[in-house]
Amino acid sequence: MNEFFAIVKNELIKTIRRPRSYIGFGVIAFICLMLQGAFYQDGKELLSTVTAQFDNIFNVQGNILNGNLICYIVLQTLIVQMPMLVAFVTGDQVSGETSTGSIRFLLTTPASRTNIVVAKWLSGLVYTLLLLLVLGIFALFVSRAIFGVGDLMAMNSEGLTIIRADDINWRWGYAFLIAFLSLSVVASLSTLLSCIMDNSITPIVTVMAIIIIFTIIGMFDMKSFDVIKPFLFTTHMISWRSLFEDPLPVDNIVASCAILFLHVVIFLGAAIFYFKRKDITN
Amino acid sequence: MSSAILLEHVTKNFNDFTAVNGLNVEVKAGDIYGFLGPNGSGKSTTLRMIMALIKPTSGSIKLFGESLQENRGQIMRKVGCIIEKPDFYGYLSAKENMKLFARAHLLNYSAAQYDALFSLVGLKGREEDKVKTFSHGMKQRLGIAQALIHDPELIILDEPNTGLDPQGIIDLRNLILTLNKERGKTILFSSHILSEVQEICSNMVVINKGKVVVQGGVSELLSQENLTVKLEVVNPEEASVVLQQSKWAGMMESQDETYFVFNMGKAEIPAMIDYLSQHRIGIERIDYRNQLEDYFLKITNV
Repeated sequence: MNEFFAIVKNELIKTIRRPRSYIGFGVIAFICLMLQGAFYQDGKELLSTVTAQFDNIFNVQGNILNGNLICYIVLQTLIVQMPMLVAFVTGDQVSGETSTGSIRFLLTTPASRTNIVVAKWLSGLVYTLLLLLVLGIFALFVSRAIFGVGDLMAMNSEGLTIIRADDINWRWGYAFLIAFLSLSVVASLSTLLSCIMDNSITPIVTVMAIIIIFTIIGMFDMKSFDVIKPFLFTTHMISWRSLFEDPLPVDNIVASCAILFLHVVIFLGAAIFYFKRKDITN
Repeated sequence: MSSAILLEHVTKNFNDFTAVNGLNVEVKAGDIYGFLGPNGSGKSTTLRMIMALIKPTSGSIKLFGESLQENRGQIMRKVGCIIEKPDFYGYLSAKENMKLFARAHLLNYSAAQYDALFSLVGLKGREEDKVKTFSHGMKQRLGIAQALIHDPELIILDEPNTGLDPQGIIDLRNLILTLNKERGKTILFSSHILSEVQEICSNMVVINKGKVVVQGGVSELLSQENLTVKLEVVNPEEASVVLQQSKWAGMMESQDETYFVFNMGKAEIPAMIDYLSQHRIGIERIDYRNQLEDYFLKITNV
């Protein structure tokens, strides 16, 4: 066990010390601040245009351009970018070392190949968690500091839902947990591809290609696509949005989480299975 | 003497290509063992199989009498290696890289131990520098430090002197000899610098096309082979007459104004020197080409 913790520590040190790990934090901070600046400047005008279509149904009063709404918009915006940032680091963890050759040293230590893959996967999850924490700080807390707190007007496929400000914090908590589970699927898929491929770029590009293709399939309501949609992890990655529906579709959320978890197990299991049999020839 | 490495009928296929074909090699504990072969002979594949980087298609690999497949973790605590070029984490310093390896072996090195390790490989004063600033030779030295960090019983060095300057090659040679003679380490040494192999290895195996060509003691194998000996003398005319009447006349390949070239066994050289002294022929210089080079080229048909 000590040996396992030692290599996990090694992997965390490598992740922390790699300059590329910090690109993700910078990108998140930049996107959040950019959107906050834009909404600070033009948000009221934009929202009045949106709410104008509801003028005949109800009156909107109070601070609807608030930190909760900005966070909701930021999370919707980063739906493709966050997986990319996760894949950027986790997709390189094994393949990057294979291409540079440092994997040889790693594999000639007493640590087993299973432990090495799991250690790399765990450090990828820690990185993912840190990315989400930065996202949470900038998207939620900085937005609240700038725009204040208020009820959330959440637009989704079912229509408009108003979530009261005093009923929202627990929803954000669970939303970030589901986001973490979703991004864990991406990290696990990246780890699998990183074990299979021998250069650092291809796994990252492949993960992104898979996410883009699956997302496009998910966008169209066609019978042929409807058959496969429930099996695509991207379908369930957006289940965090369901937390901002009323009534709460608990069964759907639990089912999505279970499917996401199953994907993590399958991808990680496949990564271990493949890596244990892999010949290191370069 | 027990076996440090025992390969029995080891074969490795990559799809239709057989890189290693039924290899049987035994390295005795306490030996310095040369592992030779031309490019593409299956040498690196074999070393990678010994280090569990590649799985053999068939056959068995035992280190210290234990199956590598069944006891890899335990065995690796006793083995240090450089496999081809040493690659480290360039964004970390040399010392940080070594700390990673020490931690992976559950070692708690003190500052003094790191100092001693860096001094040993000639990197004292550079330990805090990032590895990406290192030359190939410096990385090679760091690779040697990494191979020795856990004080292994068996050290596998694949082309360790690649990129080293002449002083580095001498230092490495002395280090290998010290590790073997004073600390009893078993060393499996692969190099294209055959003079180094000849100088430091007691036994060797030569493989080609995935098969063992020859295996045994270096001096025993080479003593069976003839040398190209160049003899320079003070008085060549007299020497020519004397040598033509000697038993070495038939071994003479050519002669010039000042020197003679023979093809003869190494054991013949002292007798010929004695014979020339008895006939008052002054010897300016006696030289012979590196024997292992000739032997290697001959048996591998390169």
